[in-house]
Amino acid sequence: MIDPIFLLEAAVNGIMLGGVLALLALGLNLIFGVLDVVWIAYVDLVMVSMYAVYFTVMVYGWPLWLGGLAGVALGVVLGLLVHVLIITPILDSPPVNQLLATGGLLFFIQSFATFLWTTDHRSVRIALPPLEIAGIFVSYARLISFVLSIAVMIGLYLFLTRTYIGTAMRAVSQDRGAMALMGANPQRVYLVTSAVGGAMAGVAAVLLSIQYSVHPYFGAAFGPITFMICVLGGLGNMVGAFVASFIMSEIIAIGGVVWSTEMGYVIAFALFIVMMFVRPGGIFARRQ
Amino acid sequence: MLELRNVTAGYGAFTALWDVTLAVERGEAVAVVGPNGAGKTTLLRVISGVIAPRGGDFVFEDAPLGGRPAHEIVAHGIAHVPEGRRLFPALTVTENLKMGAFLRSARKDFRDSLERVYALFPVLAERHRQRAGSLSGGEQQMLAVGRALMSRPRLILFDEPSMGLAPVMVLRLFDLIRRVREEGYTILIVEQNVRQVLKLVDRAYLLEVGRVKMHGRAAELSEQDFVRKAYVGL
Ligand SMILES: Nc1ncnc2c1ncn2[C@@H]1O[C@H](COP(=O)(O)OP(=O)(O)OP(=O)(O)O)[C@@H](O)[C@H]1O
Ligand SMILES: [Mg+2]
Repeated sequence: MIDPIFLLEAAVNGIMLGGVLALLALGLNLIFGVLDVVWIAYVDLVMVSMYAVYFTVMVYGWPLWLGGLAGVALGVVLGLLVHVLIITPILDSPPVNQLLATGGLLFFIQSFATFLWTTDHRSVRIALPPLEIAGIFVSYARLISFVLSIAVMIGLYLFLTRTYIGTAMRAVSQDRGAMALMGANPQRVYLVTSAVGGAMAGVAAVLLSIQYSVHPYFGAAFGPITFMICVLGGLGNMVGAFVASFIMSEIIAIGGVVWSTEMGYVIAFALFIVMMFVRPGGIFARRQ
Repeated sequence: MLELRNVTAGYGAFTALWDVTLAVERGEAVAVVGPNGAGKTTLLRVISGVIAPRGGDFVFEDAPLGGRPAHEIVAHGIAHVPEGRRLFPALTVTENLKMGAFLRSARKDFRDSLERVYALFPVLAERHRQRAGSLSGGEQQMLAVGRALMSRPRLILFDEPSMGLAPVMVLRLFDLIRRVREEGYTILIVEQNVRQVLKLVDRAYLLEVGRVKMHGRAAELSEQDFVRKAYVGL
């Protein structure tokens, strides 16, 4: 029998992990909702931003906050570049071609990163003591990244509900043609969306940097789970993605203490496959 | 105010409008009627920039607008209430109206425009926090009209606003459009409900297979045997 305190600790850690996963999933989902294109390479952009944090902080000795800003800025630039160079030309292509193009980008980024930086794992792990609250140990870095990801998501929520361009992004995801009749240039809405999605990738990169080491295949570790969360929550459904992030992170964290982290992933992916039969439209989809 | 000269337009290799010439004067209400597939929607799409004309001239308030994209044409003062309303169903009533005021020039007057729309359609004020998708058909059409007003247009294009409404609602809707008209907007309206619309407008065009078959004052047109038999059903 497992000590309940370990389960509780795992549950708390699961929530912490869920915050960052939600950030990744919301970024990917936002882009999908507005542009109708799945950026398969999304987490690989995160990986590149993580290298930016690593190099600025560990090699050039920038303070962490400045290296973090550089990571976010690079995320925005990458988001815009991917949109202009790769997405814009294939916006009206069949979904298969879009998948192939963004999938190709994924392999390109992976191989290029390996070429530039080798497969070495590099880390900016900050030396912070674990926090003990009522007998439960929580990593300080995880707590910080959880709090910051929640703050960024609140910011995203306010952006999407309070500003004209944010509301227009939601409107475009419901009817792209009608938004042009309101005077919004669709290309501009897409560009802003890609920049915001890129910024979220950048923020996620910074928060992941302080917990995990980066290597060219980082995207392979976090990409599938991010994609799965989006599908589970219902592609394009922001609330769904948010909730699904925590379901998945809890399964992985609790599965991790009961069996092993690998088994946690196995259960998560198995659940995903089962859900695709039971509720292909996501947990919040209405039954047909 | 609006002038189309020999406008041709279509989809791919298909031509839906042939040499259409049409004018709307400031303060006028003009109708375009015709059978299904005549090209009425296509005509409004050309004017609002959803599709580019293939030939001919299109001038609005002395500005040649032919081929300009939709988001630029709204900024020139033309609002389009599209076929099927095209609301944003998951946004609230207020958010839909806010999107109507997306233009930079319209944003500063947002509060004022909102009050005017709510005064015109009090039911929208009552339901301002509801999702647009949860409104009744009639309320949705009011919202579509309200949303168009939010951009502070001078010309409003209506595409079959009465479509899908119960007969009682159709009458109320025409009353509302009459009131919009009295507020000083210039109107170009496409309708299947020929009898009702001819009572509303000053002049009308009859479109058939992409060409203007007839045009004239609404009163005279509704007297024509041909129109009565084919469209008014008298
Ligand atoms: N997106 C499109 N692609 C190809 N052809 C189209 C398209 N939209 C309309 N058409 C064709 O263009 C012609 C004119 O269509 P349009 O929608 O303008 O007619 P309408 O007068 O508005 O008809 P309705 O009364 O049914 O609304 C029709 O033959 C139609 O099949
Ligand atoms: Mg039509």
